[in-house]
Amino acid sequence: MSPTPVSPVAPTEAPPVLLTVTDLHVHFPRPRANPFKDAEVVRAVDGVSFEVRRGTTLAVVGESGSGKTTTALAVMRLAPITQGSVQLGTTDLSQLDDRAMREARRRLQIIFQDPYSSLNPRQRVGDAVRAPLDLMKIGTAEERTRRVDELFTAVGLRPEQKNLFPHQFSGGQRQRINIARALATHPELVVCDEPVSALDIAIRAQILNLLVKLQRELGLTYLFISHDMAVVEHICDEIAVMYLGQIVERAPRKAFFARPLHPYSVALMSAVPDVRGGRARAAQRIQLSGDPPSPIAPPPGCRFAGRCPVAEPACAEALPPLVQVEPDHWVRCRRVEQVDGRPVGPLALPTATQALPVAA
Amino acid sequence: MDTLLKVENLQVEFRTRRGAALVLNGVDFELHAGETLCVVGESGCGKSMTALALLGLIPMPPGRVKEGRILFQGEDLLKASQARLREVRGNRISMIFQEPMTSLNPVFTVGDQIAESLRLHRGLDKQAARDSAIDMLRQVGIPAPERRVDEYPHQLSGGMRQRVMIAIALACQPDVLIADEPTTALDVTVQAQIFDLLRALQRDKGTAIVLITHDMGAVAEMADRVIVMYAGRVIEQGTTDQVIGDPQHPYTRGLIACLPELGSSQLGARVELQEIAGVVPSIWELGSGCAFRERCPHAHDRCDQLPPLFSAHGSRHAAACWLLEAPAALEVSAA
Repeated sequence: MSPTPVSPVAPTEAPPVLLTVTDLHVHFPRPRANPFKDAEVVRAVDGVSFEVRRGTTLAVVGESGSGKTTTALAVMRLAPITQGSVQLGTTDLSQLDDRAMREARRRLQIIFQDPYSSLNPRQRVGDAVRAPLDLMKIGTAEERTRRVDELFTAVGLRPEQKNLFPHQFSGGQRQRINIARALATHPELVVCDEPVSALDIAIRAQILNLLVKLQRELGLTYLFISHDMAVVEHICDEIAVMYLGQIVERAPRKAFFARPLHPYSVALMSAVPDVRGGRARAAQRIQLSGDPPSPIAPPPGCRFAGRCPVAEPACAEALPPLVQVEPDHWVRCRRVEQVDGRPVGPLALPTATQALPVAA
Repeated sequence: MDTLLKVENLQVEFRTRRGAALVLNGVDFELHAGETLCVVGESGCGKSMTALALLGLIPMPPGRVKEGRILFQGEDLLKASQARLREVRGNRISMIFQEPMTSLNPVFTVGDQIAESLRLHRGLDKQAARDSAIDMLRQVGIPAPERRVDEYPHQLSGGMRQRVMIAIALACQPDVLIADEPTTALDVTVQAQIFDLLRALQRDKGTAIVLITHDMGAVAEMADRVIVMYAGRVIEQGTTDQVIGDPQHPYTRGLIACLPELGSSQLGARVELQEIAGVVPSIWELGSGCAFRERCPHAHDRCDQLPPLFSAHGSRHAAACWLLEAPAALEVSAA
């Protein structure tokens, strides 16, 4: 009997998990207004758990104040972790001391939203890209120089541009420099915090294409923070929707955008103006009234109940748990039901008729 | 339809150390009563400068209106005195700015700020102006307006502040409302509320709206007509259906094609987004020809000369591109 040959890994098998965030809380105490009362606490991130598989993109979407950026910063250990763990591979980042964290930083890097304020105006851009290599003492001087040239080419700039200053570049080019700097240390995880929101629409496509290309070539893993549903749909493999510090829905890209289940996800999708939808889309829009409640004293029940068009009295009583309703599809809504073995949300996405023909 | 506002050959230049920079280079358009006109383009193309020029708010010096006319109900605002402009501004033509966080005065209550224009332009007394302010707050959908009228801007959320800005702008029932990217600082669900509000107010009061935006989705749902600007000129204009559905200028086509679309996940594998190569040229690199030629996939010899607006099939849809001189050329090269 010959031994059974080891079967090669099936191409459909999911890649291993790189980032695991478990029950993450980030609470910021506010200055005590009254010495006889307890200090108020802003619950910016209040129990968030997710995983990101190696080589894939998890997009975290939500409105301002939903805690998406704080989540990203906490993953980078740039915001204090109140409770919970952030695990990169086998390393628990939340337990590392400052020195060990500095070591670990080469494995995870961040691209910020504003390409204008995230580069030092007095530093030549080549030095900015080289800085992580110098700080972490990676390679010899010549190797670092070579690496900077290589990075400039990889992000679509010319190596001779490294002697220029940030003001000599456009917004899109500056974002390329930020990307080059983030990639300098060969990170495994790149946190992208709204990387295209500050750019002109015609430039966004260039940067998004670059991010996709770099991911494909370097096997990067992205945690992609955004509020733009169309951008997210384009770039993500999985999506997590946040509302007031918590994830309300998490799903693979295709399943989510085909049929979002949480009423907030549905409302968010319908709120996005679309070039094809025009006025017909606007007329069918699900309107949310009011503003999100305060993260200082979140309501006891479902945090979205106050604005939810399909809320029932019971929704305001107890916080619904995040439940897996389909493989990899999680939703925090007590009104999602199983009908014929498929989950059905309480609110359906209006089907906007094609109002305008759009040139291809 | 009545022409409310007519801009003719508007040229605005700024004096700089490198010489005069022509930031608006012959802008022409019309605004009719009760319609929404969207002005689209990338940053630096002259959208906001056009809006400021309409209100006589261009900082002079270093700015200067070099040439042109802005006819508001037949009266040339560029020739009007400062006193006359003050009568028009905030009264007949008013404006909502991009940043609701910084464009309200933090030391006055929102009620005072709404009442100010009513007392100035309508001569209302204090009590009447306050009552009107409460009424305006109610109309823009602010809950508990009797209480909110005495609050300061920092007590309101971004969406509420933008509603207050709209209430200020609409207090005197202007004929023209200029909204310069009114929702860029806001969340999409709040943006949807603001757009609905603008539509409803327009329906009720017949205000003409000039909406300045870079969001093609917003254009599709708000505009009756669109003008596309590039490097200080209008390069395409027409109805929304014409410009979005059948864009003629290669730049407009690019702007629409480069957008990631909702629904892309259902179409199978991820495709690359179409890009518009390069960046908007700086004002010093414009030269004399078509400003888009460096980035244009269809650029040819002819583009060294400035193209006029060619109208397609005799309609009001027009674009400034030499390819439209012989419309067949674009069809062939695009295929």
